[in-house]
Amino acid sequence: MILLQLVKVHKHYHLGDDVIRAANGINFKVSAGEFISIMGPSGSGKSTFLHLASLLENPTSGKVFLKGVDVTDYNEVELAKIRNEEIGFIFQQFNLLPKITAWENVALPLVYKGVDKKHRYSTAKAMLELVGLGDRMENARSQLSGGQQQKVAIARALVNNPAIIFADEPTGNLDSKSGEQIMELLVSLNRQGRTIVMVTHEHDIAKYAGRNIILKDGVITKDVSKKTKRPAK
Amino acid sequence: MNILDTIKIALQSLVTNKVRSLLTMLGVIIGVASVILLVSIGNGLRASITDQFEDLGANTILVAPGDLFGEDGGFPAEDQQVAALTNNKLRMTHVREVQKVKEFVKAVAPIAISPVEAGYQGETQKTSVLGTTFEYGDLTNSNPNGIGRFFTRAEDEKGERVVVMGFKINEKLFGSVDPVGKSIKINNQTFQVIGVVPEKGNSFGGPSFDTYMYIPMESYFRLFDTKQILRMSVQVKSPEMIKPAITAVNDRLLRVLDDKDFSVFDQKDILKIIDTILSALTAGLGGIAAISLLVGGIGIMNIMLVSVTERTREIGLRKALGATPKVIMTQFLIESVALSVVGGLIGVAIATGASLAISSFIPAKVSLDAIALAFSVSVAVGVVFGVYPARRAANLSPIEALRYE
Repeated sequence: MILLQLVKVHKHYHLGDDVIRAANGINFKVSAGEFISIMGPSGSGKSTFLHLASLLENPTSGKVFLKGVDVTDYNEVELAKIRNEEIGFIFQQFNLLPKITAWENVALPLVYKGVDKKHRYSTAKAMLELVGLGDRMENARSQLSGGQQQKVAIARALVNNPAIIFADEPTGNLDSKSGEQIMELLVSLNRQGRTIVMVTHEHDIAKYAGRNIILKDGVITKDVSKKTKRPAK
Repeated sequence: MNILDTIKIALQSLVTNKVRSLLTMLGVIIGVASVILLVSIGNGLRASITDQFEDLGANTILVAPGDLFGEDGGFPAEDQQVAALTNNKLRMTHVREVQKVKEFVKAVAPIAISPVEAGYQGETQKTSVLGTTFEYGDLTNSNPNGIGRFFTRAEDEKGERVVVMGFKINEKLFGSVDPVGKSIKINNQTFQVIGVVPEKGNSFGGPSFDTYMYIPMESYFRLFDTKQILRMSVQVKSPEMIKPAITAVNDRLLRVLDDKDFSVFDQKDILKIIDTILSALTAGLGGIAAISLLVGGIGIMNIMLVSVTERTREIGLRKALGATPKVIMTQFLIESVALSVVGGLIGVAIATGASLAISSFIPAKVSLDAIALAFSVSVAVGVVFGVYPARRAANLSPIEALRYE
C-alpha cells in the first residue's frame, strides 16, 4: 500500500534576486512498513524534502498524496489535522516542553485531537512503556538524559498511531551509545509495522534503514533498497 | 481541542514566569486602582457637598443681588459678579417684601458678611462677622446647643451688641474658657458673647461657617455704616413649595427691584452647577488615570511579544503536533486576558481597600459603576493588546519556528 506519494514536487525559495531550488522535481513513494533513510550533502535539500513529505509546508508545484488523497492544496487548518493524526515527528533536539511531565509531553498531540485527560493518560502510559520509560511518567525534561528525552519524543510520535513517522537526525544530539539504543528502538518499531522516514548525514545511522535515498541539488540521485531488509547486528 | 485544556496551557505558562507576570500586571493594577480611586473620591466629594447643603437647611431658597445665573444658566463672568456685589441693591425693605409672600414663606433671614478683627483680653484674631436676624438660628440649624443661645427678636430689633460665636473662632479666642457673658471687641466696639454655634465642619470651596461670628442685622449696619445685605435665606413651608415659592418671591421682588438686580434660586440650582463642575473634574481625573491603564495594556503587549519570540520553538512544535493557528491564537490571547483580568481584580481590591483607608480624611465612595467600568476596560485592554502578539504566534510557520534557535 502506498502511504505517501510526491509527484514532480518543486519548492523554490527567493533569496534576494536568487531563486533557491530546494526541491527540483522530486518523485517519491513510501509504502507501508518501509524504513527509509534520506542522505545527502548539506544544501542538498534534505530538510526541505522532509518538510514537504511531512506536510509542514506546501510545494511550489507538483502533487502530494497521502493514502491516495491529494493534500497538495490543503490549508493550514487541514494540514494541522493531518499532521496531528497521520504524522509522527522525531526531532534532533527532542523538542520536549520543559515545564510539564514526560507523560504530558507524550500526550500533547492527544490534547490537540481533543482526547479527554483520562484517555490521554492511559495512552501516554502505554506509549512510554513501549519505549521502556514506564517508570518515568512524572519526570520533567530536566530529569531525563538525552537518550531518555528522545525516547519520550518517540513515544509522543507514536501516540496518535500515525501512518508515517518522520525523524530528523534523531541521533544527532546523542552520544553513540544512546544513538544506538534509539536506532534499535526505531528498528524494532519498524519490525512491528511502523513506517519510518529518517533524514541523517551519518552512514552508520543510514544503514539501519531498509531503503537508502541520496539527494543532491533538490533531486533524488540514488534510491537503493537492500535485499536483506535489516543489517545484521 | 478542549477550551479548558487551552486555558490550562495558557495559565501554566503564566505561573511559570511568576515575577514577570506580576510585573506585567502591575501596570493594569495601578491603572484600574487609580481610575476607581479617583472616581470614588470625586463621587465622595459630590455626596459630601450635597450633604453639607442639606445641613445648611432644607426647604431653603436664596435671594442674592445681581443676575447670578446669567442668560445661559451658568455663573456669569467675574466682572459681572463683582459688579453685582458693589452695586448691591438688596436692603431690609426687600426682606420685608419677601416676608409678605406668606403663602409659601415661613421665615426669611438676611445675611451680610464682612471681615473683622475680633479681640479678647488684648489678643486679636482676623475673622468674619455675619449679620442676620434672629430667625437665622432656626433656619440654618445654627442654634447653640448647650452653650448659651442665639439672639432674640428683641435684641435683633434693638440692634443690641450681642454676638454668637462660630465654633472655631470661639476655640481660638477663648480656648477652654466659657465665653458666655464675656465681652469681646469687634473692630474696637464691645460686644457681649451670648452663645456658641455647634461645629458645622468644612464647607467645600468657601470659608467655614465655624469661623463666623453672628451679630444682629441692625448692629451689623451700625458697625459697618451700611444698609446692604449680601443675600437672604428664605425658608419655604414644604419641599414641594420650593418651585412655586421661587416664582412668587421673584414676582414680589420685581415690584420693587429691577430684574438684573437680584436672583432667586434654590440649592439645587447651585448643586447642579457644582455637580457639573465636579463631574467634569472626576471625568478628567479618571481619564488621566485611564491613560495609565493604556500604558499597562502596552506593557502586556510588550511582554507577550517577548513571550512569543521566546517560545517560537514551542509554537513550532505545537503546530507540528497538530495545533491549528486558532488554537495557538487562543492560547496566547488567554494569557494576555488572564494578565489583565487578574491585574484588574487586584486593582479593584486595592482601590476598595484604599478608599476605605482614606475615607476618614477624604470622602471616597466606591461606586459599582466605576468598578465595572475600570474592570471591563482592563479586560478589553487585555484583548486588544493581546491580539497582535497572539496573531503573530498563530501565523508563525512551523518550519521557521522549529528552526529558530
